Amino acid sequence: MPNSEPFLVADGLSLSRGGRQLFSNLCFEVEAGELIQVEGSNGAGKTSLIRILAGLSRYGFEGRVERNEAILYLGHSSAVKGMLTPRENLSWSVTGRGQYCNEEIDSALDKVGLYGYEDVASNTLSAGQHRRVNLARLHLSDCPLWLLDEPFTAIDKAGVENLQEIFASHVESGGAIMLTSHQALSPGQRVRSINLSPSNFGAVG
Amino acid sequence: MNQASSRIESTLSSAQFCRRLLRRQLVLAIRRPVEIGNPLLFFTMVVALFPLGLGPAPAQLAEFAPGVLWIIALLSNLLTSDAIFRGDFEDGSLEQLLLSPQPLYLSVLAYIGAHWLVTGLLLALVSPIFAVMLNLSTASIPALVGSLLLGTGVLSLLGCVGAALTVGLRRGGMLISLLILPLYMPVLIFGSAAVNAAVLGNPAGPYLAILAGMLCFAVALAPFAVAAGLRISIDA
Repeated sequence: MPNSEPFLVADGLSLSRGGRQLFSNLCFEVEAGELIQVEGSNGAGKTSLIRILAGLSRYGFEGRVERNEAILYLGHSSAVKGMLTPRENLSWSVTGRGQYCNEEIDSALDKVGLYGYEDVASNTLSAGQHRRVNLARLHLSDCPLWLLDEPFTAIDKAGVENLQEIFASHVESGGAIMLTSHQALSPGQRVRSINLSPSNFGAVG
Repeated sequence: MNQASSRIESTLSSAQFCRRLLRRQLVLAIRRPVEIGNPLLFFTMVVALFPLGLGPAPAQLAEFAPGVLWIIALLSNLLTSDAIFRGDFEDGSLEQLLLSPQPLYLSVLAYIGAHWLVTGLLLALVSPIFAVMLNLSTASIPALVGSLLLGTGVLSLLGCVGAALTVGLRRGGMLISLLILPLYMPVLIFGSAAVNAAVLGNPAGPYLAILAGMLCFAVALAPFAVAAGLRISIDA
């Protein structure tokens, strides 16, 4: 998509925590069709960066974030209520975007491998299944930009492959994804990486 | 954007979103009936303590009843307000709520409304039983129920401000009391004054009007404070 403005612009982001400079003067743009992996060791500030970009952290950092498109953010916590069924969790989602009929929700749950679990209480599901309920939102959402914090946590091998396919098709259809993960993404994909290691201040691959 | 995609999200109006949140909160509350029942049980227990502490003389109990009932209503509200956002904070739903494109003012009102429905409203409805237990004159029961209906609304709104500010703290229970109890005082004063007026045969209307005024004021302003409190708690 030529001439369209970038989904997200980060301008001179700097953050220090507990006297340690996590990153400084980080500048980048996220454009349509991009898959960006934020890399760095534990404590490098990956989650902090994603939270700043999503708009959850509003203070305590320097720089400016410009968001031009709707963002889907999936964080560490699964945002799944144990007292609700997976179907209720998705249809009464607090994200406030879109409303879905049961068929749409069931098909999304089916795609993340939760067929047959639509109507059981979520607190009988495992941690990995909770994550899957959350990931079903990727199938329902219409947001062009996805900010995903460790999306592969607690997901089994087949699930990871499935996710990689979802990522590929989202990027192909003109969306963009920015994710943190220690896992290598599938080799076929063009991945831009942002490295948050201290020796690499502001470096953008 | 994404026109090629087959996923088409139908847009969601703010009113629809509010209804959805309200329904979600009520279903969550109903699936854990203990949490609805506990404040009522607390109320019952404390009311039962007063005849033991003050002595069972009916005249004396009736004299203290308006203040006693209102103080217990206030405490049972305080006990439950701590939990309004706690679960959503712990499982990450609160982050999603804050990122939602819907006006946070209305979302917060839905949370507060759900809290009031399962605490304040229920309490007001069963309060005549407690009034009889404390030998309050039957003529003053409408004033008691009316003042509780209006007053607990204000309490829920204020309690929610405290809950929003302390939700990020591991043990916010004591702090929320210190933050919120001073704000509860005007409600207590006019709430018990309304019942007292009815006991003495005076019109309770003016006091109820003042409570209604407080409720309007709180509905207009408290959600802004709650929204700001939640943003701070999530940011920390």
